[in-house]
Amino acid sequence: MIKVRRRLADTGFGALAVAVFVFSAFPVYWMVNTSFLPNNKVRGRDLAFFPTPDVFTLNNYRSAMFGEARAPFPPAVLNSIGVTFLTLVIALLVGFVAALALTRFQFKGRRTFIVLILVVQMIPGEAMIISVFRIIDGWQLLNTIIGLTLVYAAGVLPFTIWTLRGFVNGVPKELEEAAMIDGCSRAGAFWRVTFPLLAPGLVATGVFAFLQAWNEFVTALVVMQRPEAMTLPLWLRTFLQATQATNWGAVMAGSVLIAIPAVIFFLIVQGRMTGGLVSGAGKG
Amino acid sequence: MSTTLVDSPAPPRQEIRHRRRPPYLPWLLLSATMILLGVLTGYPVLRLVVMSFQEYERAQLMGQPAAWVGLDNYAEVLTDVEGFWVVLGRSFLLMVFLVVTTLVLGMLVALLMMRVGKALRLLVSVGLLLAWAMPALSATTVWGWVFDTQYGVVNNLLTRITGDDWFGHSWLLNPLSFFLILSFIVVWGAVPFVAFTLYAGLTQIPEEVMEAAQLDGASAFQRFRLIQVPYVRSIITVLVVLSMIWDLKLFTQVFVLQDIGGDRELTNTIGVYIYQTGMAQGHYGLASAVGVIFVAVMLAIAYPYVRRTLREEEL
Repeated sequence: MIKVRRRLADTGFGALAVAVFVFSAFPVYWMVNTSFLPNNKVRGRDLAFFPTPDVFTLNNYRSAMFGEARAPFPPAVLNSIGVTFLTLVIALLVGFVAALALTRFQFKGRRTFIVLILVVQMIPGEAMIISVFRIIDGWQLLNTIIGLTLVYAAGVLPFTIWTLRGFVNGVPKELEEAAMIDGCSRAGAFWRVTFPLLAPGLVATGVFAFLQAWNEFVTALVVMQRPEAMTLPLWLRTFLQATQATNWGAVMAGSVLIAIPAVIFFLIVQGRMTGGLVSGAGKG
Repeated sequence: MSTTLVDSPAPPRQEIRHRRRPPYLPWLLLSATMILLGVLTGYPVLRLVVMSFQEYERAQLMGQPAAWVGLDNYAEVLTDVEGFWVVLGRSFLLMVFLVVTTLVLGMLVALLMMRVGKALRLLVSVGLLLAWAMPALSATTVWGWVFDTQYGVVNNLLTRITGDDWFGHSWLLNPLSFFLILSFIVVWGAVPFVAFTLYAGLTQIPEEVMEAAQLDGASAFQRFRLIQVPYVRSIITVLVVLSMIWDLKLFTQVFVLQDIGGDRELTNTIGVYIYQTGMAQGHYGLASAVGVIFVAVMLAIAYPYVRRTLREEEL
């Protein structure tokens, strides 16, 4: 009797697990599916659950990338790549040296600085759009990659420093000291011993900066208003503003184009995303 | 940036090592950070506060000097019951609903992952990862398409199942169902982080403890309430605070869903309200006042989290 009940429960939970999977994955699948369907299938009364070879089409991608009705695609890609790349480089370089200062040195004001870095992360960028707009405008940097990059770099920097600080703290000083006893200079010990051990941390933080800049919406909306200055998220939004009925096939193709790099980079580091919170929380 | 807090002195052996290093070296390493944050975070905050005390409209944007108006902007915002307070109340209600739903569903999914076998757990993880990895904008457009008035899957299936004609039913025009769809988007994207984190926490509970409780006759619910919840309580606290912050800041999903077909007036949340008041209508001074209030609210919410983190880092 107990065995039967247990088996019934197993089946029930198994079904639930499948339901969770379907519910989680369905929108992603539906986005990809729709992006390969021709318009008459997208707007059909019969649901097309798979882009079978007889209907499969790349027209939505062609229309998304080269259609006339919306902001141009090529500059949007270049803007997004440029801003994202520059943000990542600045955040990593500046954040790395800052993390070093905060971990490998003892000095007056260190604690205050760390507290500030943590508090600054709590200021919502959504609240700052008005003054950021005025300031970037004042510097004549509206609609430029430099202007947006500066805002993004400052935005991700506190998190970058905070995370890298954790990684540097994770490498014991004794390793460096051992290398110094063996005749390395302090800098040499750092570059040969500590730095290689930090590589995973740098990758994880870099990916975070990448995702932030790639997906960011509200600041770009305020700072990059001209069609040729738009980043990919703004470009995709212009699809939805059209006065005529929404071309969902093209919108889904555009969504796929934006999602692919984000999903790939995200999957690279996802293992690290929850680890920190759990290990930290265990102490409390 | 002065401080009365002095770091505890380093052990003597290290002091010898450190003596030769110039004392300005750490500040040199921090200089780039200080410049970047000072110019692009500190200055904007200052400027926001300044603008919130000024009459700042389109004319001032064109170069007219901005007049000081004291607390006029704040007075106007805080007496605007129909506008500001409704938006603030709406944002908080939405936030509470989203946090509770996300946490409850996240916990249920985490428990489910504990319960099922390896293969099914992998299946669930893959689904959650996909949802988690999706950029908010892509997620919003997809859900918008799934709930599309004319050709959306939901209306299509509802027509088939119920027999009524759902084609042409708009989910976004009615504010209540607008927020239902919005909640779908947000919760769908937020549950994976919560579920994975709680799952990671639950797996840390020693198996013997759970087994002993079971032998003592504790039911599954008792084990959950008396062992599992207390064990991950600190994780839950952090998740609640982080979710509160994220859900109050909501912008992309609301804004883009409004593009797809919502009534902006009736569905604004605080971030979108700032954009509408400032960027769209040109009341920069008023929007700045709302922004300052928003920052204050967020810092107040984040305060316990900041304190906790600092305590944990033993700073």
